[in-house]
Formats: sequence, C-alpha cells, structure tokens
Amino acid sequence: MRFGSIIKVALRALLRNTMRSILTALGIIIGVGAVIAMVSIGNGAKAQVEAQVASLGQNVITVFSGSMSSGGMRGGWGSAPTLTIEDAEAIEREVTGIVGVSPEVRDRNQVLANGLNWNTSVNGESPDYPDIRSWKIASGAMFSDQDVRSVAKVCVIGKTVADQLFANGDPVGQTLRIRNIPFKILGVLDSKGFNLFGQDQDDAVLVPYTSHMKRLSRRTNISSILIQAASADVIDKVQKDITEVLTQRRKGREPDFTVRNQVELAQTATATTQTMTLLLAAIASVSLLVGGIGIMNIMLVSVTERTREIGIRLAIGAHGSDVLMQFLIEATILSSLGGVIGILLGIGSSQLVSHLNGWPVLVSTASVVIAFVFSAAVGMFFGFYPARKAAQLDPIDALRYE
Amino acid sequence: MPPVVKIEEIHKIYESGEVPVHAVRGVTLEIERGDFVALMGASGSGKSTLMNLLGCLDRPTRGRYLLDGIDVSQLDRNALADIRNQKLGFVFQGFNLLARTTALENVELPMLYGARKFTTKQIRERAMHCLDIVGLSQRFDHFPSQLSGGQQQRVAIARALVNEPQVLLADEPTGNLDTRTSAEVMGVFQKLNDEGITIVMVTHELDIAHFCKRNLILRDGVLVRDESVSNRSFAATELEKLSSAEAAAKLTGAKS
Ligand SMILES: Nc1ncnc2c1ncn2[C@@H]1O[C@H](COP(=O)(O)OP(=O)(O)OP(=O)(O)O)[C@@H](O)[C@H]1O
Ligand SMILES: [Mg+2]
Repeated sequence: MRFGSIIKVALRALLRNTMRSILTALGIIIGVGAVIAMVSIGNGAKAQVEAQVASLGQNVITVFSGSMSSGGMRGGWGSAPTLTIEDAEAIEREVTGIVGVSPEVRDRNQVLANGLNWNTSVNGESPDYPDIRSWKIASGAMFSDQDVRSVAKVCVIGKTVADQLFANGDPVGQTLRIRNIPFKILGVLDSKGFNLFGQDQDDAVLVPYTSHMKRLSRRTNISSILIQAASADVIDKVQKDITEVLTQRRKGREPDFTVRNQVELAQTATATTQTMTLLLAAIASVSLLVGGIGIMNIMLVSVTERTREIGIRLAIGAHGSDVLMQFLIEATILSSLGGVIGILLGIGSSQLVSHLNGWPVLVSTASVVIAFVFSAAVGMFFGFYPARKAAQLDPIDALRYE
Repeated sequence: MPPVVKIEEIHKIYESGEVPVHAVRGVTLEIERGDFVALMGASGSGKSTLMNLLGCLDRPTRGRYLLDGIDVSQLDRNALADIRNQKLGFVFQGFNLLARTTALENVELPMLYGARKFTTKQIRERAMHCLDIVGLSQRFDHFPSQLSGGQQQRVAIARALVNEPQVLLADEPTGNLDTRTSAEVMGVFQKLNDEGITIVMVTHELDIAHFCKRNLILRDGVLVRDESVSNRSFAATELEKLSSAEAAAKLTGAKS
C-alpha cells in the first residue's frame, strides 16, 4: 500500500477517537516537555558557568600557592601563601609564549572616601591585570610599571566601589583611604558582574602588588600568580614550563603550588551542572518510557476494536506487512505528534521559568532534534508489538470477530 | 482450456468447538471459464464454508484446490493475499464494508493493496466506473451507514469488481434485496458474465438461481445435485415484466 494512503488511514483512525488520542499522547507530551525543559535549564546553567569562566580572561593560567597534597594533608588552594615575587619574576623571565603576568595578593579592608566607608576586597596586582582578564577601564587609566617599582599610593576601583562611595561625581583624581593611607584613584573599571562563586567582581580595589605588600598587608608572600599565554595552542606548553621553572626553584622540596589553566577550571565548575542535567534527563526519560507503555496499551485496544476492519483488509489482498505498517505508522504519528507538542511545551515552560526565576535557559537545537527522534522511536518501539499482533491475524477469524 | 476452478475431495472440519464440525465433506467440482453457478442448500449446509474455501480465505482440512491451474493449498499467506486481490472478487454474506469510509474509498481499497501500481486518478476513475456499473455513482461520497442494505450490497459488488477478477464469488448477494433490486443485481451479474467473468453465487431463492447457467445443491456438506438451467431468466425481460406489472398496478391505483 502506498505511503500516502497509509498516513491518511492512520490519521483518520486517530481523529476518530480524538480525546483518546490526546490522552494517549499526553504521556509522551509530558515526557518530552520535561526533557526539553530540564535540558534547557541545565544547558542555561552550564552556559552561564562557561561565560563566567570565559570572563576570567583568554588563555589564562593560574598558579595557586599551596599544593593539592602535601605530606598526606591536603590544603585548599591558597591555604598557605608560599609563592614569592621572585617566582613570578622567574616565570616572566624564563617561560616563553607569555603575554602578561600578575602576582596577586588579596585581603579585605574598610575603605573610606567622601565621608563614606565600604568594606571591599583590596587586590594587589600588576599593570597587566586588566589585559589578562580582558577587563576594560571605564574611565581614567591603569597604574603603570613605574607605580609598581615606586610602591606608589595609587589605585583603580571597581564599579561597585565607585557606585557606593562616589554616587554622584567622577572618582578619578580623588583620594581613597585604605587603612588610613591615602591612595589616589587613577581609574574606574568597567562592570564585570559575578564570578563563578557568586562574588561581585566589581566590588574590588586594585593597587600595585608592591604597595599592597609593603604598605597594607605587610606580607612577603603572594597568594597566586595570573599568567596569560599568547594563544590557546601554547597554553599546555606554557603550563608545563611554569611547573618546571617553579619546581626547579624549589630544588627537590615538596611542590607547594598548583598550576591550573582555564579549561580545567571550567571543567571543574561545569561538572556539577552536567551531572544535574544528566540526572534530570534520566528522570524525564523514565516518563517517556511510561508514555510509550501508554501508547502500546491503546494500540492493543485499537487492534482489538478494529479486528473486523483488519479482516476486511486482509481478505481483499492486504499483506501482513501492510497491516503492520498501518498500525506502526499510527503509533509513530501519535508519539511524534506528542513529541512536537511536548517540545513546544518544554520550550514554553523553560521560558516561563527563566522569566519568573531569572534562571538562564538555553534551548539547544540538538536537544529538540533528539527529543523528536526519540519520541518517534518510542512510538515505533511500543507500537511494534500491537502492530505485529494485528498483522498476524487470520483473515477469516478476523472477519468473524464480533 | 483447463477449468478455472477445480476442487478434488475437499473437506473442511471446524475443530474450534467442543465437537468438531464436519462442514464440507468431500466435494469434487469443476467450474469452466465463463460459467455462472448458483450454489443452493439449506441453512448450515456448508455453502459459506465452501465459498470461503473457493475464495482462498480459508484452507481446506483435506483435498486439493487448483485455481486457474495453480495449486493454492501450497501457497503461503502473502501469495494467497495476492490471489484474493488479483484473481478473485468476494462479496460477503454480511457486506463487510469499512465503516466511516465513503462508498468510493471502499471500492478503491483493493486497488491500494495490489501489486499493480496505479495513479490516484486511475484508481478514482476505475472505482467510479465500478460504482457506475452497480448504479451507485451518484452516492459515491456516502458512508455505509447512510446507505440502504441493497445499496451497501452493491458497493460490496463494485469493490469485488474493481481489480477485474477472473472469478466473482458472492455469498447471498440478493439476500437483503427486494424483487426489483434483486433483478437489477442479477442483471449486473449477467452483464459481467457475458463479458467473460466466471461467477459463483450462493442463494436461497429458486427464481434467483434461474438467472444462472448452472445450479448446485449442497446438503450437509455434500454436493447432491449439479444441473444446468434449462429455462433461464434474463434480467432485461424480468425487469420489463416487473415494469409493466407496476404500471398496471398504477393504472388500477389511479382509477380508485
Ligand atoms: N467458525 C466455525 N466454527 C465452527 N463451526 C462452524 C464455523 N463456521 C461454520 N460452522 C458450522 O459449519 C456448518 C456450515 O456453516 P456455513 O456457514 O457454511 O452454512 P451456510 O450454508 O452458509 O448457512 P446459511 O445459509 O445460514 O448462511 C454449520 O453447521 C456451522 O455451524
Ligand atoms: Mg452462509
């Protein structure tokens, strides 16, 4: 029998029991809708994390002080500041393929200006820092190498700090008091938003690392070193060279640092959301399975109801395969229509969630295509048994069926 | 030329119930091409069972059946389906039309399943032509539920004709029809028979059997009589007689 006629017969049979068809497809609709919504929300979360990782800057390698394991005790990154400025200088001198290095020292301080005060993160950095992080200066300028050498009392402030202390008026050129030491504000950074850990990156004041160490924190160690590789191609080599330089400088002592590149950070950060997505998708797949069983059930009922019709078709020359095809296509149409409605429903509900909760959602084409193919496959799989049952009927028995 | 239907010592035993029913008990029969056979017998004598065997819908318990020279007892399911589709036209005792499907679509059905491929237009035209033969082309878009019993019967005949079968098998085609419509249906059959189609039909009525060329009588699954019809009725003359009788009735009716 021709495909067009089969489709026509199948559609007619489905339309004859419109309510029943809708209820049967509901299992698939809910299943597919759930899959699409879950995966969209999961993908949205993943994309957000990836954007945050990207906001660290391009091709960034970070050296943390403290090792993942030292003598059985595993401290967290930066648990013991063991890196020095000499380490940073050695890296800058000896490793090729580097475009920027910034030693980092950080602490929290109360800062004052304009008669207002604000508790913020004060970060000692090098002039390369904004370039490494692809962070633009909104107004004014970054401090210079000369400022680092001269341990200058200068700073660049983040957007949040600027908003809090200089609500009206340009902060550039004004004075910010940190630990009662006046620092001249050279510039204001562009807004960068929240980082991976939910911290406001704009709530920060940048000072030369030398100034931080000698005037503010009075520390001799730095907590981390940011390095920017020239390109993605050399990032592995640069990472290896850095490890080598630092290991050499420690002359056989237990390594007390950890080198991580951005990709590794991203993987760590997205691992949880990926597990979540997978778990949610698994739950949604179970509901698809239940939907499939619903289809099988109704198709079996349909085959019984239409035994006489099957008998007539067989009696006038239909092959078993024609009957098989007819019921298989009917089940597939039912499930794939359910799939299409489910996809629309899933997209709609994930948009609604994003609208109401402000969660980022991302509907990927791949998830839509996979959901559609999968729902069609569910219909074929669960429709096969009833269809085969119909195809194997004996024409004369089917005709006699009451 | 070999006979189009040749059965030898055919038996059918139904084993489905508690006691096996021996419905057909050794029937041997030859039907020549172009023959027009009426199969008669009491209710339960095995007429429908024999027709189902002839129509390749059912397999005999014993015996051989050669249709157009082919031993159909050896054929598989699909080959039998093709034979039913191509060589045979079957008109069932109950009409067995597809419900909620128009008369035209019911008639088109056998053409959709055949090995021969037709265009949609050919299928439509051929089905319309067959509806025309049975005088129902006006009602082509009606559902079976909107047609009278006789009209449904004629749709079933049109469906049996659509693939131009060699043998037309009809189980009580006039069972539900009045005298005039019966004569009309027999007229259709006689015309088809004149064109060369072999027809085997079941009937209870002797005057319907007289439209045929040969009468067979079955009793308890055994063929008890096989004779050719001497004083054959012809649909055209019978219909004329009916018309003049009706006209006379109308004249007398008008007077009173
Ligand atoms: N599927 C079946 N299972 C068991 N017995 C059957 C079956 N079909 C028919 N029979 C029996 O076989 C015998 C012949 O039945 P069949 O239907 O051939 O009679 P028939 O001559 O067509 O009668 P009618 O004129 O009433 O249509 C009957 O005794 C009937 O009860
Ligand atoms: Mg009968």
